[in-house]
Amino acid sequence: MSPEKLARMANQIATFFHSKPHDEAVTGVAEHINNFWEPRMRAQLFDMLANDNEKFDPLVREAESRIRAVN
Amino acid sequence: MRLIQETDFGTPASRSEKTVTLTIDGFEVTVPEGTSVMRASAEAGIKVPKLCATDMVDAFGSCRLCLVEIEGRNGTPSSCTTPVADGMVVHTQTGKLKDIRRGVMELYISDHPLDCLTCAANGDCELQDMAGAVGLRDVRYGYEGDNHVTARQSDQPNMRWMPKDESNPYFTYDPSKCIVCSRCVRACEEVQGTFALTIEGRGFDSRVSPGMHEDFLASECVSCGACVQACPTATLTEKSIIEIGQPEHSVVTTCAYCGVGCSFKAEMRGEELVRMMPYKDGKANRGHSCVKGRFAYGYANHKDRILNPMIRETIDQPWREVSWEEAMSFTATRMRGLQETYGKDSIGVITSSRCTNEETFLVQKLARAVFRNNNTDTCARVCHSPTGYGLGQAFGTSAGTQDFDSVEHTDVVIVIGANPTDGHPVFGSRLKKRLREGAKLIVIDPRRIDLVRSPHIAAAHHLPLKPGTNVAVLTSLAHVIVTEGLMDEAFIRERCDWDEFQDYAEFVADPRHSPEETEAITGVPAKELRAAARLFATGGNGAVYYGLGITEHSQGSTAVMALANLAMMTGNIGRNGVGVNPLRGQNNVQGSCDMGSFPHELPGYRHVKLPEVRAIFESLWGVEIDSEPGLRIPNMLDAAVDGTFKGIYIQGEDILQSDPDTHHVSAGLAAMECVIVHDLFLNETANYAHVFLPGSTFLEKDGTFTNAERRINRVRKVMSPKNGYADWEVTQLLANAMGANWNYTHPSQVMDEIAATTPSFAGVTYDLLEEKGSVQWPCNEAHPEGSPIMHVDGFVRGKGKFIVTEYVATDERTGPRFPLLLTTGRILSQYNVGAQTRRTANVAWHDEDRLEIHPHDAEQRGIRDGDYVRLASRAGETSLRALITDRVAPGVVYTTFHHPGTQANVITTDYSDWATNCPEYKVTAVQVTPSNGPTEWQVEYEEQARQARRILQAEPAE
Ligand code: SF4
Ligand code: SF4
Ligand code: SF4
Ligand code: FES
Repeated sequence: MSPEKLARMANQIATFFHSKPHDEAVTGVAEHINNFWEPRMRAQLFDMLANDNEKFDPLVREAESRIRAVN
Repeated sequence: MRLIQETDFGTPASRSEKTVTLTIDGFEVTVPEGTSVMRASAEAGIKVPKLCATDMVDAFGSCRLCLVEIEGRNGTPSSCTTPVADGMVVHTQTGKLKDIRRGVMELYISDHPLDCLTCAANGDCELQDMAGAVGLRDVRYGYEGDNHVTARQSDQPNMRWMPKDESNPYFTYDPSKCIVCSRCVRACEEVQGTFALTIEGRGFDSRVSPGMHEDFLASECVSCGACVQACPTATLTEKSIIEIGQPEHSVVTTCAYCGVGCSFKAEMRGEELVRMMPYKDGKANRGHSCVKGRFAYGYANHKDRILNPMIRETIDQPWREVSWEEAMSFTATRMRGLQETYGKDSIGVITSSRCTNEETFLVQKLARAVFRNNNTDTCARVCHSPTGYGLGQAFGTSAGTQDFDSVEHTDVVIVIGANPTDGHPVFGSRLKKRLREGAKLIVIDPRRIDLVRSPHIAAAHHLPLKPGTNVAVLTSLAHVIVTEGLMDEAFIRERCDWDEFQDYAEFVADPRHSPEETEAITGVPAKELRAAARLFATGGNGAVYYGLGITEHSQGSTAVMALANLAMMTGNIGRNGVGVNPLRGQNNVQGSCDMGSFPHELPGYRHVKLPEVRAIFESLWGVEIDSEPGLRIPNMLDAAVDGTFKGIYIQGEDILQSDPDTHHVSAGLAAMECVIVHDLFLNETANYAHVFLPGSTFLEKDGTFTNAERRINRVRKVMSPKNGYADWEVTQLLANAMGANWNYTHPSQVMDEIAATTPSFAGVTYDLLEEKGSVQWPCNEAHPEGSPIMHVDGFVRGKGKFIVTEYVATDERTGPRFPLLLTTGRILSQYNVGAQTRRTANVAWHDEDRLEIHPHDAEQRGIRDGDYVRLASRAGETSLRALITDRVAPGVVYTTFHHPGTQANVITTDYSDWATNCPEYKVTAVQVTPSNGPTEWQVEYEEQARQARRILQAEPAE
């Protein structure tokens, strides 16, 4: 999918969780992505976080380590 | 098989719990207080002659045929208007009564044509029956005097005579046969709530008239059929009865249009459907219907219906008709080939919200057990996926909390983002009935929907918010309730997580959520909003009904949570008359979600990551189930454009027409190598398909639909599938062609499999449905007869969860290029993308989509009513004709999406709900300019579609 669209989707999720306490928010973002994003989407996300990470809300960046790896 | 004849008790049932005992013709009868003598007699099996009474409407007492004698009372009171009393002694048949009744009948018959033998109602006419019942043997008066029967009289035109009105496509009105019993007028008022009919004139001059002496089609009539059903004579008669004759057997089934899920008797002659009659015992509709379910079934026989499988190598070729065997082996080889080349995750399915639970279950099983991935999604993605997510988070179940009967106990109703009188008409009528009884209404909608002001109904408050600001308005309502201390603290303490509520209360109490602050964003006057909040919190039983105007937003899931918050803080959960009620679009949206159509969850809303859930299916199906979530529809299309998703089996959906951003959908479809469309017609998506598998209609198969109140209703086969197979059989053929070894011989076996694997369905069997008519899930050991109302003693998830709902403006904003906001909806006579309703006489009411625009915006642009306009967004442009109206606010335009030529989704963008990817249909920034006809895209599209629909003529046999 287009990088802009993927980033927008991730950031929208982060936006929702911003109103939660910080740690809960980071976990919330990671869990949401783990629960609903197919591996191809997560792979693209990791890829973009590695190369283009200023596109993302800080919460998404922080959530990275809690997002399930794609094998 | 026989014709189901439901008893007409003459007057509606009394709801009183107190009973009264009386004697009728020597039999002792006990009935609820308030019952009429007529109904009490009928319950005892005694039929008192009657003409103007029927149990769908209140008694009127005009025909004087139902007279009885009551010991100790003078005269001969009419039994339909006389309530029972303890110890009453009633005689229904005495010499005096017989004489009066014969006299009454003689007068009726003397002004009625005597063409019984050739009359369409012959055999189903109450006037005929009553003439027989009272023993009428001769009529002393002829037609020489004043009458309504003959067109001419003594060589002069008879001024009292009126010609037939055949303007309605589905029924006729023949005034010469009318006995002026006013049953039709009362049905239109009391049952339908449209008030389209009146009795014109007085005494002998009186006649039934639609509107102000108009014909039916031109009047306010919405063609629900209630008056036709109520009419005791042939005056109002279905045209199909006139054409075919009286039915000889009937079968109870469920409407396949909207999420109300009305029960009907399909009345048949052999395998020919004569008419659909609403079924009184249907618990969703209680004997009522709308024009779609009652009349719009003609598509089943439409000439466009495809009856043979077809294939083609590439989509630029014409279609080739082939045998089922060839179609299946072609398809299976292609799909398996794709998996070999591009990996097992390169193919998937889309289940249908129009097909049965059993069919949907099999399609997702095809993905999970045969494709061996979780690439399954359903069109509920594009409508109610936020409902599933939002209510799941707040309450623990992904479904509405009430049954439809609950509305009868509601005191304050919020209708938000829904237009029940058009989208869910039978529920709309039931709601209107309650409103006429005095319940208060709050409408939150950018558009002034009909409910805001209609005969005998006026909304207490209409909050005309700017599209896209639902969450701001709902949070503001909560702000008022919390800051003014109107919440139900006892309920919250007992039923919800108190700490979470504290956090939440702190959040909403912030002055930035006050109506005075949000007014600038939402456009809703603060005073109105405050008043609405107070009314909802303090007005008694409060219920929320909502539709796609809530879910189809980038904050759709958040808005659903906000509704749950409102209901919990006011204590409006867990009993009759309250609750949070999604109005589902298509007939089986609820069912398709329940059946595990979503890529992340197995049937019963259980995530695929849970090993204990996978184990249940793995042991039954003998395969390993993938633990990773699959692709959602928009993600499938993205992956297709990226080249990693190559094949799809789409059952009963037209994603090209119904999904947003048409250009993106067509690019995705065009990039695939095997698109299988399984449908009744060559729909728009089929322009991109390689395989077309003909589908069957709901009349041609057995199964179940689950409506918006979680009610599992039976669908029953009344004729053989014209295409050869029911849809579940087609899926089974495909699965088996791909190596599965499925051996279902009846959908009941699929239901048994659902029950065996899904706790909320554990108790459901076809036998139970046969016995109870229908049940509402959860139906299991704890609720053996189902659950009309949920969360009665506590929330399914334990404690109700308050979730902070911060308003975030959508990225879709107006600006100088696109200064207006477009929102979309539907109208009564058409359904969804219109594939079915456009192929019926319903086009009489809506033959094109129009763009509603406020006079102010129209004038600025030099647009006149009826002009062609160009509607453009950043995604694309289309053209359609304008309809100038102040129903929409300045700055907002509105259209429906029932006609493919309009291509409204060329305009909508790929923005979507943050949690579920449900597209943001309800807000698109657009510009409207005058134009002189279809856009280039529309012309090109027409041509492409024409090319893609070519079917090769079969070669003559040797
Ligand atoms: S069809 Fe329905 S709306 Fe029309 S007149 Fe009859 S009852 Fe009224
Ligand atoms: S049209 Fe039928 S229901 Fe209406 S008043 Fe005449 S006879 Fe009665
Ligand atoms: S309200 Fe819905 S279910 Fe009922 S008849 Fe109309 S379309 Fe069918
Ligand atoms: S049926 Fe009672 S007065 Fe007509």
